[in-house]
Amino acid sequence: MSKTLTIRDLPREERFAPGHRMCQGCGAAILMRHITKALPKDTIIVQATGCVEVTTTLYPETSWMNPWLHIAFENAAAGASGIEAAIKVLKRKGQLPSGKEVKVVAIGGDGGTFDIGIQALSGMLERGHDILYIVYDNEAYMNTGIQRSGATPFGAWTTTTPVGKVWHGEWRRKKDIIGIALAHRVPYVATVNPAYLPDLYVKVSKAMSIKGPKLIHAFSPCVPGWRYEPALTITIAKMAVQTGMWINYEIENGVLNVTTPVPKRKPVREYLKLQGRFRHLTDEEISIIQKFVDEQVAYINRLAGKEVIGPVEA
Amino acid sequence: MSGRLPSWKELPIGAVILEPGSSRRYKTHEWRTLKPVINQDKCIRCRICWSYCPEPAILEVDKPYVTSTNRRYEITYMVDYDYCKGCGICAQECPVKAIEMVPEVR
Amino acid sequence: MGKIVPLSGNSAVAYAVKSADVDVISAYPITPQTTIVEKLAEFIANGELDAEMIHVESEHSALSAAVGASAAGARVYTASSSQGIVLMYEIMFIASSLRLPIVMTVATRALSAPINIWNDHSDFMAVSDTGWVMMMAENNQEAHDDVILAYRIAEDPEVLLPVATALDGYFMTHTIEPIEVIEREDALSFAPKRKTWFTLDPDKPVTIGALGDPQWYFEFKRQQYEAMKKSREVFEKSVEEFAKVFGRRYGAVEYFGDENPEVVLVAMGHVVGNIKAYLSRVRGKDSRAGVLKIKLYRPFPEDLIAKYLEGVKIVGVIDRALIPGSASPGPLHSEVVATLRKHGVDAKTLSFVSGLGGRPVTHEHIGLMFGKLSELKDKPSSELPKEPLFIGVRE
Repeated sequence: MSKTLTIRDLPREERFAPGHRMCQGCGAAILMRHITKALPKDTIIVQATGCVEVTTTLYPETSWMNPWLHIAFENAAAGASGIEAAIKVLKRKGQLPSGKEVKVVAIGGDGGTFDIGIQALSGMLERGHDILYIVYDNEAYMNTGIQRSGATPFGAWTTTTPVGKVWHGEWRRKKDIIGIALAHRVPYVATVNPAYLPDLYVKVSKAMSIKGPKLIHAFSPCVPGWRYEPALTITIAKMAVQTGMWINYEIENGVLNVTTPVPKRKPVREYLKLQGRFRHLTDEEISIIQKFVDEQVAYINRLAGKEVIGPVEA
Repeated sequence: MSGRLPSWKELPIGAVILEPGSSRRYKTHEWRTLKPVINQDKCIRCRICWSYCPEPAILEVDKPYVTSTNRRYEITYMVDYDYCKGCGICAQECPVKAIEMVPEVR
Repeated sequence: MGKIVPLSGNSAVAYAVKSADVDVISAYPITPQTTIVEKLAEFIANGELDAEMIHVESEHSALSAAVGASAAGARVYTASSSQGIVLMYEIMFIASSLRLPIVMTVATRALSAPINIWNDHSDFMAVSDTGWVMMMAENNQEAHDDVILAYRIAEDPEVLLPVATALDGYFMTHTIEPIEVIEREDALSFAPKRKTWFTLDPDKPVTIGALGDPQWYFEFKRQQYEAMKKSREVFEKSVEEFAKVFGRRYGAVEYFGDENPEVVLVAMGHVVGNIKAYLSRVRGKDSRAGVLKIKLYRPFPEDLIAKYLEGVKIVGVIDRALIPGSASPGPLHSEVVATLRKHGVDAKTLSFVSGLGGRPVTHEHIGLMFGKLSELKDKPSSELPKEPLFIGVRE
């Protein structure tokens, strides 16, 4: 990309219809709206069971303008593999218009991707299908009522890691889905954030132009699950980046590029205090989280070969 | 779908939905308790509210507008009150505070 | 018509899949299905079949990928056995309710535990509730022919249900019989590829797999019921035309034996062949015994079964699967009893459970069963055993 994309360059046309039942202020809704803007029109979408799937396809209504398939919870990647193979062979056998480039995208939540969907995802990545897998990560099984998933971060309250005398929220760290994807030697992985929409647009477009299996990990704030006022979705998404809790980057054929550099980082407390799910955290727990973030930042800076994410400045 | 609901014989098989974007039939405006009002004089047409709306319920219309200080814009942003759920992201993110969340009066 | 080649049941199935010109094959290896997919891989590798083979990482993904590929408009195929079938169980219901014409071969094998790679019908019976059309073959030629029939039935616009064809593990999958292979031209003429179902087409974008809440779900199940009913009509038309074109006539049920039997054994799969051989060898003329083969299991051909069993004194149903705790622990027996009752046929019934976990059902066992039937044929129903008779187990 020689010219930097700005907010003015986002296409006006909506490829995602209102009338869906996503919560007020849902981060995933913002993601879906802009992902579909960036996808070529001739893209088939396969979706896993989850928040987005149930709220956007209540029979007889659908918010999707693309051909769209939902099978079950754990198999978006497998269903997508089937579609990709079908298109390949039907084209070869002359049963599809040969000029048409029909692409396949799989979308799943963190539940349907990190946990129950990990097997199908791994198979899809390993077999090298030409599919973009987008995981919208709201850090728990939100659709079924805020139960913890492998993506739930350390310290978070969820209904299955509640706060009480014995338990104090989730005690395990978030699974590294990017690392898992990279282990499959995929040509492209990226992280995106709904507060940084031109960056999301560029990455989705780029991914779609690369052949092979790709993974995009999308940050998806959740109003009822993270416990905050609906108006703060973008504020929280921005703060995640500003504190280093979420780093916007891409890795193309092993080369890391941080697309949202943060010269001066805010302390994680600024991010945690915005959300009710972290309300119970002690100072000690917050400093543990700060350490985890510092580690990840150091790792990314090391890979980048320079300090793209700067030190914490109160 | 108005009136009588269709029988099993009248429906496409397998619960396939044939009309893309048919969720437009369902107006979600009743969800809101607050509604955004855009002050067109203050609005600098930055596109941020339009970008961040989750529904989407902010329309970017090619409608020229001249502000009270004689500044002319070629675009106007208008809230689509059929779908706006009143989340308030637009008001929160507006860099010039041109959007006010006012109580929904029924 | 075609050339006769010696083929194992699995090879015979693979040849039929090749002739049907399938587009996508997604399968995961499990004994005794493996050689079907290996043969297909050989065909693709040699350029004899132009298809995409998805080397999926589990059976659940095998059927999921088949659903995706079928939704994209491809003719798809998968196969599995035993644990693989039950692993894809979740998706089997979905494949049927999404009304996709997938064809799958079940190379029948016992379900764990204990883990057992040999033949019985427990995996096949596990499919009964899923809304798939189900057929079982008695010999390798039939197993071959069933695949072609399956695509014809599945893709019929009035059916659009997935079809499971079955052949017995090891007894058929790995034994060699002379097979007349249906060539591609004839297979595609009998079961042409047509776009008869809703597909994922960017020019006509549809949403498949929506959420059906209480206001809508019921109607789609009603549609599915109707399609299953219709599939019987389509089956009958198809086997009729198959007989005309290929000279082999199959029936939803087939009867072999005395014209006016007093005792009849009802069975499925290769055991039917054993019973036919037994009857020919051991029982002379006027033996008043016969065997009723059930080929079509879903939809269950009640009318024909009632017709053939009318006037019979006693029916012994051989089940090679066991449902502990059921009113009839033999699932086939259960279906037969319900059928006779519904159609007012007052033949007595006896449940035989035999051949589980690959234990062969021998002529000795068959003799025992006919013996038992003869012994009890004139006794009143009240004196018949209410529990199944386990034939061949060490008591």
